[in-house]
Amino acid sequence: MTAQFLPRRQFLLRAAGAAGFVLVPGLWRPLGATPAEVKAEIAKLVGEAALRPGLVKLDLPVLVESPNAVGMTVTAGTPPAGTRIQSFHVFAAANPLPNVGHFHFGPRAGRPRVSTHIRLADSQTVTAIAKLSDGSCWSDSVDLLVTLSACLD
Amino acid sequence: MTRVLIRVPKTVKPGQEFEIKVLISHPMETGYRRDHQGTPIPRDIVKQFRCTLDGEEVFRAEMFPAIAANPYFFFHAVAERGGTLRFEWSDERGTAWRESAALTVE
Repeated sequence: MTAQFLPRRQFLLRAAGAAGFVLVPGLWRPLGATPAEVKAEIAKLVGEAALRPGLVKLDLPVLVESPNAVGMTVTAGTPPAGTRIQSFHVFAAANPLPNVGHFHFGPRAGRPRVSTHIRLADSQTVTAIAKLSDGSCWSDSVDLLVTLSACLD
Repeated sequence: MTRVLIRVPKTVKPGQEFEIKVLISHPMETGYRRDHQGTPIPRDIVKQFRCTLDGEEVFRAEMFPAIAANPYFFFHAVAERGGTLRFEWSDERGTAWRESAALTVE
C-alpha cells in the first residue's frame, strides 16, 4: 500500500494554484475540458454503436511549436462494402472546448479527406472519429507535445 | 469585410476527383482572450461552412473556436458535368457570406 500523502512538490503546486485562484480571480482562465466532458461529447456522437480503432487516419505533428495554427489532415481508408464515410469529428481533450470541428461529406464529395488548421491549448491527445453511413464509428488518436499555448491568450 | 480565397481547377474531367482549397479571412476570436485593459474579447467565430455543386452538397464543416484564425479547408469533389460551385459560410451572429465559382467539365 502506498502512502496517501501528496508528494511535497505536488502539494506546494496545488496550494500555490489554489491561492492564486482565490487571490486573483480576474486572472482565472478556463481550464481544459474534463475527460468526462470529452467522453460525453464522443458518446453523444457515437451513440449505441461501438467505437473501433482504425479506418480513419489523423495526421498531426507530434511536436507542436506554434499551436495557434497546426496543420491537421484527416483521411480514411476504404470503408466496408455498401457503406460510405459520412463525416469526420475531431476532439482535442485539453482545449477549453473539446470540440474542434465536424466535417461532413456530401454526395458530390471526392475521397473523404480534409485539411485545416487548428488551435491547441496544451500537450494532449487529439482524436478523430469517422462516422459511416451504417452508423459505425472508427477512431484514430495522436499524442502530441505543445511547447507553447494557444487558445487562452 | 470578410475576404475569401478560393482555388478550383479551371477545367476538370468528368467523374475525376479534383481539389478545392478555401481560405476565409476571419479572426476566429475564441472568447477566451483579454485586451490590454483586461476586458474579455467577445467570441466571434465562423460557425458553418458549406460547399455545394448545383445544390448538391460537397463538403460542410461545423467549426468551434479550436479552428485557427483565417479558416482554411482543403477537400475533394467529383463532378459529372459542369456547374456552379457555391460557397456559403456564416458566423454565430447571423452574418452570412457567399461566393461562387464556375466549374467547366470537359
